[in-house]
This record gives sequence, structure tokens and C-alpha cells, in this order.
Amino acid sequence: MRKKLSNLLGREFRFLARPLNLWSRLLLLAAAATIVLSLFFPLWRMHLVAPQYSDGLDLFISSYKIQGGGLHGQHLVEINNLNHYIGMAPILQADFLEMRWMPFIFGLITLLILRSVVFGQMGNVVDLFVVYCYFGIFSIGSFWYRLYTYGHNLDPHAPMRITPFTPLLLGTKQIANFRESSYPELGAYLLCVSVLLIVLAGWFSRKEATR
Amino acid sequence: MKTKSIYLIAFAIAAATGLISCGKQSSTNSADRTANALASYVAPGEKDEYYLFYSGGHSGQVFVAGIPSMRHIVTIPVFAPYPATGYGFDEESKKMLGDFTWGDMHHPALSQTKSKYDGRWLFVNDNANNRIARIDLRDFKTHQILGPIPNSIGNHGSSFITENSEYILCATRFSVPLPKGRVADPKDYAKEFNGMVSGIKVDPKTGEMKVGWQILTPPFDWDLGSTGKGPSSGWAFWTSYNTEMAHDVLEVNSSQKDRDLCAIVNWRAAEQAVARGQAQVMDGVPILDPAKTPGVMYFVAIGKSPHGMDVDPTGKWVVAGGKLQPATTVLNFEKVQAAINNKTFEGDFRGIPILKYEAVVEGEVPVGLGPLHTQYDGKGFAYTSMFIDSNITKWKLPPWTDEEKKDLNKVVLDKMPTHFSTGHLVVAGSDTAQPYGKWCVAMNKLSAGRHINVGPSQPESSQLIDISGDKMKMVAEAYTEPEPHFAQILKVSEIQPNEIYPKDENKDPDAVWDKSGTGVWRNGNQVVARLTAIRSRFTPDRIDAQVGDDLTVHVTNIEQTRDMIHGFGVIEQNINMVMDPGETKTFHIKLTKGGVFPFYCTNFCSALHQEMQGYLVVSNAGQPLPGAVYQSGTPGVAPVAKLGQ
Repeated sequence: MRKKLSNLLGREFRFLARPLNLWSRLLLLAAAATIVLSLFFPLWRMHLVAPQYSDGLDLFISSYKIQGGGLHGQHLVEINNLNHYIGMAPILQADFLEMRWMPFIFGLITLLILRSVVFGQMGNVVDLFVVYCYFGIFSIGSFWYRLYTYGHNLDPHAPMRITPFTPLLLGTKQIANFRESSYPELGAYLLCVSVLLIVLAGWFSRKEATR
Repeated sequence: MKTKSIYLIAFAIAAATGLISCGKQSSTNSADRTANALASYVAPGEKDEYYLFYSGGHSGQVFVAGIPSMRHIVTIPVFAPYPATGYGFDEESKKMLGDFTWGDMHHPALSQTKSKYDGRWLFVNDNANNRIARIDLRDFKTHQILGPIPNSIGNHGSSFITENSEYILCATRFSVPLPKGRVADPKDYAKEFNGMVSGIKVDPKTGEMKVGWQILTPPFDWDLGSTGKGPSSGWAFWTSYNTEMAHDVLEVNSSQKDRDLCAIVNWRAAEQAVARGQAQVMDGVPILDPAKTPGVMYFVAIGKSPHGMDVDPTGKWVVAGGKLQPATTVLNFEKVQAAINNKTFEGDFRGIPILKYEAVVEGEVPVGLGPLHTQYDGKGFAYTSMFIDSNITKWKLPPWTDEEKKDLNKVVLDKMPTHFSTGHLVVAGSDTAQPYGKWCVAMNKLSAGRHINVGPSQPESSQLIDISGDKMKMVAEAYTEPEPHFAQILKVSEIQPNEIYPKDENKDPDAVWDKSGTGVWRNGNQVVARLTAIRSRFTPDRIDAQVGDDLTVHVTNIEQTRDMIHGFGVIEQNINMVMDPGETKTFHIKLTKGGVFPFYCTNFCSALHQEMQGYLVVSNAGQPLPGAVYQSGTPGVAPVAKLGQ
């Protein structure tokens, strides 16, 4: 029994100690590059269409900013102005604390990837994958909580009273005269690609012999 | 005299038949009706292909319609207050209007570069108060009104724009003793009265106009004209209808001669003569005497009491509408140039050479009764409006074959009846070197019951005619308020107007964009308020003042969304400003009566538009309400200094 456990741990230890081959290291480099590239694109887009706004109003969410569509980001001003009728607090970038630490985390993960490229062990890849997934799930959860907070802390003195709601995170639905669509944008897709590249990096070195 | 009687009889018959035919249903068959409906149909959500800028005549405004739908889309107020857009109520537009509350707008002109529309400005004239206005096509608003132009009375023969928008050229319909204000007996008309041609200089960057120079003319009544291009580059042309220099019963007394003197003006030579110092200054304007400045002005005698004088797109042919003779006269500008160079004159009038008629005329085309204006499609065809016959006549421009020259009836190709008595007509882009062609709009002076009965004040009718084929096709008609004269047609795709005023372009020192800049300030009896307007509130929504105060209110519409327009109407104070998104407007009033005067948003904005209101509280002099909300002193940029402007 003890020997069996020892074998299992030993196998796992050997697996984690497996070196990464050239392909895996290149894939990791590509993952790092993809993450850096993703910073230049929005992660999420909320698109609101109403009869009066047939071209739609857009909100683009990036890791470090919220940007309205239209000239000078006018759509954000317009959305806030409309939201004041139902007593929703204005969406202000300054209120989004996560937008201050998210770029830092992306930097950290990129550094961890580069560390894996240099140290070149399977254990590094597993660490990366776990931290990255945790960060991703946490971010989406935090984003959902933001939406919940905006939709549930409505000013009771607002001209129009509506049942508190959570704006949609993913999908399309009708809210009063607006049809809201909320979907990932290029930045999020790039991040997914980077996760996939990390997984592939591990996969390609799964049979490397331990030194 | 005999010919005159014949014309008058013809006029009477035409007028009578015109009236008899009123109310008749059109005889187009069902297939034609469907084809015409489709040609002018612009489905809900779709857009017209062309702008039609009508002059609004004595309404003083510009009407903008779409072609082919012929729907009226918007009115651009110019020479008269227009509460719908708050024009004439805020300080800026009030200042532009001056003491006038109306104007008589006749001939709009789109700015041109190299004889093509450049989509920057629309210039319009005021026949009544001798003004010219500039509308900027970035926002479809009047930005400048120049005038009354000194030494110029009856600014009818304008606004004719030169090929690169260097000048707006104007000629006077009336003559008076000059300078203005001098009195002489109209019996001494020929001796004491004078007309004037004016060159209004346009700043090539800003469009800002100023009076450049003028040319003194005999007291003929200058009628209409146009500017040259190509071979006639640098020249301008006007008809006149009172070479007789009659001063009374003009209907008869100015119709005595079979031909009237038309003016051929070298505006570039005039500009150079003024630069050389050959002008004398009257009322601040350098004025040329054409008798002492050879090369600036020539005359040619054209029949009879001619009306329009239109240069074709090549710049070679100049066509004068005969009005009281059943023909248009075609001048060949190359022959005009040769006659000037060879001094082929048949005399002079007050020292101004009269070109020998036979030496410059290409032909008289027998188009019919009452030819007024001619437009061109750029394919060698001309379209002349026939006031008396009530139609549009299509004819072929020279060069003509020998056979055609022998009988010019052969170049008259088609006639399209109009309803009724067409004055101006416009072919899309006719006054450029490259007309769009395709559409012609007839602007008819009489609608005479063709529309649903609206009582005695009747609208004018406009008819859309497809000129793309050999035969003209009547496609649609529309009615406008009085009274379109000329119009301009511009392709929609050639301009991209702003739909809002961007915040960073608002340079008004009294603009405020958030609550922190707003408020009411009191300094002596000067009260200044700075407000923001946004759906659906004014901030502040209370203005405290006292009887006897000078109140200045600045309202900034801080919206940046298209069509989010807010008004600011003050009850019983005769104030209605309308601010477009991003716009700041100011009004100033002396408060003479006490009371509480609600103000409210007059331009419907939102579901809570009705709630968008506030109060102007005017308490007795020296007795502020205990709860009055104001600060003493002046707001940041000291707008109080602007009071009294």
C-alpha cells in the first residue's frame, strides 16, 4: 500500500518534473504573446438596441477600461443618462477597482509563462494553468457581481420604478424597450486561445523522458 | 405697339385657359401612374438621393426638400424669426437679423470650386432689405447676414456665385438717388437715380462675406443673371427690363422698347481696376464708373424685357429668356469676346459700349410664350420655363446644322405642361460645369386649386420632371408655402453635416457642462444664469431676479446624442430658445413685470419632457424673496461684461 502510494507520487513527481520540449516552449511563448495582444482589444461588448437607437449603443469592456461606442465614447454617457431614469448609478470607470489590478495580473501571468519557458518543467505549466483558470473564473464572477450590483441598487426616488434585475452577462434579452446582447469580444477570444496554447504546451511534452 | 398688343392678348388667353384647365385630373394611364409612383417613391426608412434647397421667397427662409420624394424635410430660417428652431430669439440670431423681421429670398447659390459644387455653403439673397446670407452646410444654419449692402437697393439680381466662390455678384432691381438717404424727385429718375452691381468678396476659408467693390450703372431695373465659366470665366451677365428708365406705371412704360440692354460685366477686370485705385469711395465702398473704366462693362440689346440670363455648362452659350417675346436669345460668348476685341459696337449708353447684336447672337429660338429661365442637363439640351404657355420647353443648344439654323423651330424638341405658370425651374447642377441632369423641378407660381382646397391663401406648386429620356416625364408634384423662386439641387452623398455640436468644439465662454458650473449670479441689477439642459431637467431650475433687472440666461444643451434637442420657453416673456445637442444659446431681457414665470422645454425630448420645467421668480425691486437662490458677483468668466452688447 505504502509502496503503491509512493509509486503514484513518484510518477506524479516525475511527470511534474518532465522537461518541456522546444515545441512546448514555443507554444508558451505564443501564449504570452497572445495575452499581450489581447490587451489591445475589448474583452466584452454589451450592445443595446431600441427603436430610437436603431444603430445601437455599445459598451466595450477591456481589462483596464470601459469604453462607450460612438464619437468620444458618447454611448456610455447616453447609457448613463438613460439609466438615471430607473435610478441606476452611473457607470464610472473609477468605480471599477478590478480595472486597476487586472492589467497587473495579466503582466504577472505573462511573466509566469516566460518563467516556464526558461525553467521548462511540466510543473510550471500546471501552476500556470491553475492560476490562470482561477483568475479567469474570478474575473467573470467579479464582472457578474458588478452587473448584479448595478441592477439591484436602484435609487428608490427614480422617476421610473422597475424590479431590480441583473443585466445579462452572456446572451440576448429584452429589457423594456432595449434588446440587450452581451458577448465576448476579440480580447476574450485571444485569452481563450492563450489557455489552449498552454494546455497544448503541456500535451506536447507529456511523454518527454525525465532527466 | 402692335406686337405688344398681341403679346398682351396672348397673355390673357393663356391666363384664361390656364384657369379653365384648373382642377382637371391628370390623364396618365395606370401603367404610367405606377412607373411614376415608383420613380418618386422613397420607402419608409430609405433616403432621398438629392437635397433640394428652395428659396422661401418672402417667407425669408430656405426650405429643404428631398428628391425624388419632394417631401419637405426641414426649414432653415434666414431672414425671419422662426420659433420652431428658436431662431431670432437668442442674442446671436437676433443680432444677425438686426431690426428686420422679414426678407425676400430669391436665388440660392451653392458654393463652387472649379465650377462644381463643393458642398460648403449656400448663399441666399434678400431682395427686400439688400442682404446676403451664408448658410453653412455643416450644420444647415445661417452663420452670417451681410447688409443692408451700401448703395444697393433691391438686391434681386443675386446671389450669383463665381466659379471658385471668389465673389457673390449682385445687381439691383431698383434704383434710387445715391448715396442712400439722398432725396430726389422720381420724375428726375434718369438723371438722379442709379443702379449698382456689387461684388461681395467671400473668404475662401471661412466663407465670411464683405462688400468688395461696386459698379455704378444707369437706372435700368436689373433682373436676373449668372456667372461665366470656361471661355466666359471671369464674366457675369444680367438682363434688365427698364432701359426706358420709366419711373411710373412700369407695367406699360418699361415695356415700350423691343429690346432692353443687358449687362456683360468683366468682374475680374473690375477687381483689378479697384486694386489699381480707379474707384471712388461712396459710403465706404470703392465704386467704379464703368464709363471711365473701359473693359469692365458692356451692353447688348436683347428682346424683350428679358428675364433670366443663364450661362450653359460649357460657358460658351448665354441664353436670355424673352419674357415678352416668344423666343430665347442665344449669345455666343466667343463672338462676344471677338466683338469686344474688334470694337464691333452699335453705339454706347452713357459711355458704356453696346455690342452689335448681329455680331454676338447665335440665334433666337422660338420656344413659346413667356420664356423666363433656362437650365441645362450637360448633354447639350436646354430647358426653358414658359410662364405664359405654362410649360417647360426642351430645346437643343448650338451648334446647329444649316437646316436647323434656317428654321430654329426644328431645335425645339419637347414641351411638358406645368401647373401653372412656371417661374423658375432647376435642373440638378445646371449652373456647374458638370450637371447631374436626371431631374428638373418646375416651380410654378400658381397652383390655382390643383391641391385640396385650403381657402384663399394658396400654396405654390412644384413639379418633378424626369429629363433623363428624350421626352420629359412628369413624375410627382408637391406644394410649398410661399414662395420658392430659384432652387439648388445637391447630391446627398456630397456632404456630411454634423448631427450634433461636439462638446470640444463649443467655444462659448458661458457654456457649462456639469452642475458645478451652473448657477445664478447677481451683481447690482445684472443677473446672469448659466444652465444645463439634459433629459429631463434644467440645472438650476429656479432663477431668482427682481423687477428692473437685466437678466441674461445662458443655456447649454449638454446632450451629445443626435436629435436630443431642448427648448427653453419662458411664459409671457416672448422667449423661446432651442438648443441643439452641444449648443449654448443666450438671451437677454429687461424684467419689467413681477411674478413667477414658468420656463419649460419646448422641443419634445423624452418621456419626462413635460416635467422638464422650472421657474423664473421676479420679485419686486429691492425685495428678494427670503428663499432666493443666487450668488453675488459674477460667474467665472465674467459674462456680465457682455451685457448690453
